[in-house]
Amino acid sequence: MKRALQELSRGIIKENPTFVLVLGLCPTLAVSVSLINGLGMGMAATFVLVGSNIIISLIRNYIPARIRIPCYIVVIATFVTITELLMKAYSPALNRALGIYVPLIVVNCIVLGRAEAYASKETAFNSFLDGIGMGAGFTLALLLISGIRELLGAGRLFGYSLVKGFDPVLVLSMPPGALLVIGLLLGFFNLLKDRRTEK
Amino acid sequence: MNLGYFLTIFISSVFIYNVILSRFLGLCSFVAISKETRPAMAMSLAVIFVITMSSIITWFIYRLLLVPFGLTYLRTISFILVIATFVQFVEMAIRKISPALYRFFGIYLPLITVNCAVLGVAVLNSDMFFVNGKASPGSFYYSVFQGLCVGLGYALAMLLMSGIRERLEFCNIPKALKDFPLSFIIASVMSLAFMGFNGFKF
Repeated sequence: MKRALQELSRGIIKENPTFVLVLGLCPTLAVSVSLINGLGMGMAATFVLVGSNIIISLIRNYIPARIRIPCYIVVIATFVTITELLMKAYSPALNRALGIYVPLIVVNCIVLGRAEAYASKETAFNSFLDGIGMGAGFTLALLLISGIRELLGAGRLFGYSLVKGFDPVLVLSMPPGALLVIGLLLGFFNLLKDRRTEK
Repeated sequence: MNLGYFLTIFISSVFIYNVILSRFLGLCSFVAISKETRPAMAMSLAVIFVITMSSIITWFIYRLLLVPFGLTYLRTISFILVIATFVQFVEMAIRKISPALYRFFGIYLPLITVNCAVLGVAVLNSDMFFVNGKASPGSFYYSVFQGLCVGLGYALAMLLMSGIRERLEFCNIPKALKDFPLSFIIASVMSLAFMGFNGFKF
């Protein structure tokens, strides 16, 4: 039980895919304009991560080592296609907002990275937990970035305006704002880490 | 086919919607390899070549296989597999034909497989130049040209960034901002500058 909790929580803080491993930044930056988009992308990526982790760990003993990467990619691409079709059917607005970044989950380094580093060595149940943990870490990071950008760049949270008469910093909801927010956040987390190791 | 449209594609994909600074594709390689100019150059050349070639290949696959048989939902799977195989072939061919070039590219060629810019351009081409499941006139030339221009935009951002970071080696910067954070902040300023091209309207 304790092990299971460890598997779950590792992805959220200690090995957070965005802020600690610095993986999968392309969708993180492009999509984090609003909290809704961030949440949608986070959940889509979590679904792909969990699904591909389970399948890859189930078939890990049958995949020849030399062609393992293409095999992983096929499994991942299958789940991405499922996500794409589901999103098109049930949430066309979200699908339009996320645009080409939905098919691009295939090349998200987090998914392939977990397949190679974790799911190809561990049991299906542990891989499932790892997928949930990593997905949650990714979603939380997306929510943090998109929350900051939506709050300061548009003066809203989840589409509801919070403060009357607040002049939004428009540039934060444009591409340069994404790069600036992630740069400062990474610097901030580095600072926290340095403080902790000094103590 | 419209010659003016080529100019629009050029300006919008090199400057206005620069792959890295505005679309955020290929960001991982951008921050990882832009420390010095020489490797940045090698990576950029490899990316230009692979994106242009994969635009050609994926256009044929989409036009001749996926569209006629109504399989467009298999786009993601087929594109990524074809790109991965193609990169592998190119790597083998270069190793055989020109070992010097192979050493120049080093590990950057295989890395391109997982570069989102390549798949991103292929998906973008099939979104932009195929209307209602039909190829619009001249779509092949537009796709290939867009692939080339996106590659050029990648190279431009990469060279600018590596030049700046080479200078930064001699600067005294706060420890917490070293490497990744500072690169993103610089990229943000560059992206702000590139947004100035947004005024161009055709």
